[in-house]
Parts: sequence; C-alpha cells; structure tokens
Amino acid sequence: MSTLHTVNKSPFERSSLISALNHLRPGDALLMLEDGVVGARKGSAFAGLFESAAKGCGIYVLGPDLAARGIAEGDVIPGAKLVDYGGFVDLVTAHQRTQAWL
Amino acid sequence: MAEVEAPQVDTGIKKKFMFINRKAPYGTIYALEALEVVLISAAFEQDVSLAFLDDGVYQLLKGQNTTGIGMKNFSPTYRALGDYEITKLYVEQESLDERGLNPADLMEITYEDENEDFAKKPSLRIVGRSELTEIMAQQDVLLNF
Repeated sequence: MSTLHTVNKSPFERSSLISALNHLRPGDALLMLEDGVVGARKGSAFAGLFESAAKGCGIYVLGPDLAARGIAEGDVIPGAKLVDYGGFVDLVTAHQRTQAWL
Repeated sequence: MAEVEAPQVDTGIKKKFMFINRKAPYGTIYALEALEVVLISAAFEQDVSLAFLDDGVYQLLKGQNTTGIGMKNFSPTYRALGDYEITKLYVEQESLDERGLNPADLMEITYEDENEDFAKKPSLRIVGRSELTEIMAQQDVLLNF
C-alpha cells in the first residue's frame, strides 16, 4: 500500500519538499515536477536531505520540467531517476494513492 | 402478472478520505476552501478525516479575532464538524512543537458519540509525525490544501 508523493514548488520557496520527505514510508515514491525540480539539483542546500529521508523510496524528477529550467540531466542528485509524462502516469498507476504536497 | 423486481440499490463504496491542511488561515484561501470541501464531502457519506500539520495547525488556534482585517472568522465552523459525523481531526505534535504551540492553545472541538448515549468526546487527536504518516497510508484518497 504505497503512496506517490508529488512536489511542485521549490524548497527555497515552500516547505512542501521537507514535509513530503518527513512523511515518506519505505516503498513510497517521490516525484519532483514544475518548480519542484529545483530540489533535485545536486549540490543544493537540500540535496543532503534525500540521503537520510528517502531510504527505500524511489526519487523521480520530471525531465521536461528539468530541461525547461536549464538543469542538465547529469546535475540531479545521485539516485534520482528521470521520467517523462508517460513515466509520470506509470508512477500514478503503480501506487495506491497520490499525495500532492502543495 | 410477473412480479416486479425491486430495483437494485447501489449502496456505494465507502472510501477513506483525508483532507490535509498545511497552511495558516486568512493569508490565503486554502484553509477556508478546504473547510467548504470537507462540508460538501459530508453529504456523500464517506469516511472523512482531517489532518493539520505545518502551518495548518494555526487553523485550530483558539481566540481568532478577524474584526481588524475585515474577513469572516471561520474558525467556529470546525466545532460544527461533529454534527456532520466528521470526528477525526489529527494534529501533528511536531508541527505544534516547531511553532512553540501546545494542545492547550487549540480550540476545544468535540462530537457526540451516538453509540455511547451521545457522550461528548474530543475530535482533536494529537499524533506524532510517524503515526500520522501511518494514518495517511491507510487512506484511499488524500486531498491537500
């Protein structure tokens, strides 16, 4: 009974990424999209949070939003997987519920 | 004459809906809109609960007085939720702690338990972050505001 968590705002602007990380369970997935992809940039002040909070969880970034903001695919945090819109749909169907952190 | 069959009544499926409140009232419309949707959802006879975390805990503070800002103080509405059989309002302990708040700062919200001779019971349930995480994982639908 796993959950897909989505975050669509920058962690520099809102606390939604931190809240999502605080409420992950093993087997859950976290997808960063829209301005949320900013949280996936390696070397950012938030990059270290994933190592402790996201153990046993899949971390995903929506590729088109990353590209639109000029962040190279090679510049995302280690372990994060890029997905396209089809992959987003696959994530929704692979989990029992979605929690869209606002 | 053929006997008329009773129409099949669709009793519907009861799902667990949780409304998650993470924003303080009045600065944005989220808190009020969440309350509106919660009241609407009560009409559909679902298993409805609310969670208050992060700045959402400010929605439940007692002593809200909006006369100076020209907005309606909607906080008394939370106390009416029990009449709509919405009796589970989870409040995250860590969110209170981070803001220097404690449960005594919150409104008293109760419901009448029809299974126990309408005894008054508290609707607010203070839960730790990990317990709230587990409760969220038991829901069918999570709606964030």
